Amino acid sequence: MSYQSPDILSANAKKILNDYIHNVENLKAKDRLKIPVQDMPAQDPIVRGHNLEEVAIGYTMEEARVEALRCLECVKQTCIDGCPVKIDIPGFIKHIAYGEFQNAVDVIKEASLLPSICGRVCPQETQCQENCKVGIALKDVDKSVAIGRLERFVADWEREQGNVKIPHVKPETGKKVAIIGSGPAGLVVAADVRREGHSVTIFEAFHKLGGVMRYGIPEFRLPNDIVDEEIDTLVKMGVEIKKNYVVGRTRKLNDLIEKDGFDAVFIGTGAGLPMFMGIEGENLVGVFSANEYLTRANLMRAFDKKNADTPIYPSKIVAVLGGGNVAMDAARMALRLGAEKVYVIYRRTEVEMPARKEEVAHAKEEGIEFNFLTNAKKILGNEKGKVNAMECLRYELGEPDSSGRRRPVVIEGSEFIIDVDTVIVAIGNGSNPLIKQTTPNLETNKWGNIIVDENQKSSMDRVFAGGDIVLGAATVILAMGEGRKAAAAINDMLAKEIAG
Amino acid sequence: MAKIVLKEKLSDTVYKMKLDAPSIAEERAAGQFIILQIDEDLGERIPLTIADADINEGTITIIFQVVGMTTDELSKLNEGDDIPVLVGPLGTPTHIKKHGTIVCVGGGIGVAPLHPIAEAFKAAGNDVKIIIGARNKDLIIMEEEMRKIADELIICTDDGSYGRKALVTEPLKELCERDPKPDMVIAIGPPIMMKFCAETTRPYEVYTEVSLNTIMVDGTGMCGGCRVNVGGEVKFVCVDGPEFDGHKVDFDNMMARLNSYKEIEQDKHTCYIDSMYEEKKL
Repeated sequence: MSYQSPDILSANAKKILNDYIHNVENLKAKDRLKIPVQDMPAQDPIVRGHNLEEVAIGYTMEEARVEALRCLECVKQTCIDGCPVKIDIPGFIKHIAYGEFQNAVDVIKEASLLPSICGRVCPQETQCQENCKVGIALKDVDKSVAIGRLERFVADWEREQGNVKIPHVKPETGKKVAIIGSGPAGLVVAADVRREGHSVTIFEAFHKLGGVMRYGIPEFRLPNDIVDEEIDTLVKMGVEIKKNYVVGRTRKLNDLIEKDGFDAVFIGTGAGLPMFMGIEGENLVGVFSANEYLTRANLMRAFDKKNADTPIYPSKIVAVLGGGNVAMDAARMALRLGAEKVYVIYRRTEVEMPARKEEVAHAKEEGIEFNFLTNAKKILGNEKGKVNAMECLRYELGEPDSSGRRRPVVIEGSEFIIDVDTVIVAIGNGSNPLIKQTTPNLETNKWGNIIVDENQKSSMDRVFAGGDIVLGAATVILAMGEGRKAAAAINDMLAKEIAG
Repeated sequence: MAKIVLKEKLSDTVYKMKLDAPSIAEERAAGQFIILQIDEDLGERIPLTIADADINEGTITIIFQVVGMTTDELSKLNEGDDIPVLVGPLGTPTHIKKHGTIVCVGGGIGVAPLHPIAEAFKAAGNDVKIIIGARNKDLIIMEEEMRKIADELIICTDDGSYGRKALVTEPLKELCERDPKPDMVIAIGPPIMMKFCAETTRPYEVYTEVSLNTIMVDGTGMCGGCRVNVGGEVKFVCVDGPEFDGHKVDFDNMMARLNSYKEIEQDKHTCYIDSMYEEKKL
């Protein structure tokens, strides 16, 4: 993917739309397959490396309609099978093709409450777009219909119209539901449960809402304004929010039910303790978990070096360990905070990287240097205990492991040293220990993740859980999918109680 | 949000504040801490130990020394002002039980978090000996409160302006040499003081607990910024601590990490106690 300016992309789209607009009804599959995939317009890579504004600008109306014309309107809608929340994908895309944007949003919102977020952060190429017949016919998943970009387009369009619909709330039932954590899982449960007329209180440990969408995913990928608007919608629906409130510490989970009269509790506390490599030098000054680095920059606004009280480490050469979205976010954030050189160190190859393809492409355009089949062996420091270099090892791919991926094998004697002053470890998270520590009757697995049944119900009466605290480190959309299931189960349980 | 209901200046740089925080007051136990921010948007999060709490009043007490930007701004707030972000109680409470003889060592404002712990150990039936140390008389805090608890109270100042002219490690060593030796020591104060308390008790094999106050962001087990090396293992102060076996803590690494941002922090406050102890050491 090479960078093209938004103006060129927009002009191309206008021309294509003109060619087809009068003949939409008669477009055959082979005509649709000929329409080129519409690239996502983005800020110039050199400019954006120095600002925090959103990298992907979003489709123009014409780009969206052209991209929508590429959908084959298949009879067997395999794309929907790939969607964790089962959006009627061909349904909303058809509306876009005809320029009926409000109808398109309405279709999406039947299944997903947060399309402007999902359109931006879902790993579409391994979900809906992986199953898209266009991509399959063209033998390239990158040529599938850009479902995520279309979803984002209509969600943004609705917001820009300034009249985002507030979902209807049924009459009050008198039932109370507590939601722990205001990340993607919690927000979805809040909306779905509130719609049924139950009173909802969200407890958030931080001073700002949104969970990982606030502290983790940077502004340049998911602007805070978008998260704020989704939360604003919940507040307008009558959801109560308690910030700076750590369930498990400020109040025990059991007390919420036994003393405070909550009829159900949803635990969506997300990922917890960051994992480290367990290598020498990992506690040197200048080694950070990606969680810490990103939380300082995002939530604590350390990117605003002049005004924010929270400091960020002054880095010149940064190595980021890991190949997921968090690694990409940390690497690109380091660049924006002034690093002169940023390496991503990943022990497999690009194919195995779990990060979204678009993020990897954007990172490359911005000048992040990828070192595949490489891993850190130890981190070296100076006499003050500060990082000044890292010793790495080269790997090659061996036999497939239990996950089916070829296992990286060390090449003996391949040690080499790179000069770095900062190392950011982005190799995943364990589970958050707080609720488990203070709720002895809650069953967890050996990694500390909460054990739930097919309805997201935990081992405790009236207590449900979903998102990363159940899944380990996963994605926003999977958390939302679990939230949906949990909300349905909570609504069911409460409806039965009300019916008596 | 928490209202300041009482403010008292204990010395030139040390302040005591009572904050309206009923839910924290109800849940807190000895050894736990809070995190606060002076500004919801741009403020930094700093951990401070809870010195006391009153469930009936619904208040908690914090005692802090002005050592940086946030503590400086905090010291300028007055009764009736609100602290926009206050979260807690965080950390694992002190494991209180009857050990026998316990020596509680507090250095500087470390005496504040030590107070509820000493009180709890006393209530559990221990013989509680307390050593309080500070640079000078002016920096000795909570003497009367500690006297009420202590079976034996030793006060020392580095300049001899009050009590014995000694570092806290001197009387600590003497207590370790008594027969029987203490069953446990708990030391809270500047890192360098805790390090040398641990070194003092090591030859006597007296279990020595220390309460660490590292850099933290969230304080709930998410960021990993507070990690310390304890007996070769990575531990997180906010959820595994703040109290650890002082004989196992890698203090030198912890002190280096505490200074991670020293060069870029714009404020010119120096931590008097730190620098003073470092001078003595060198």
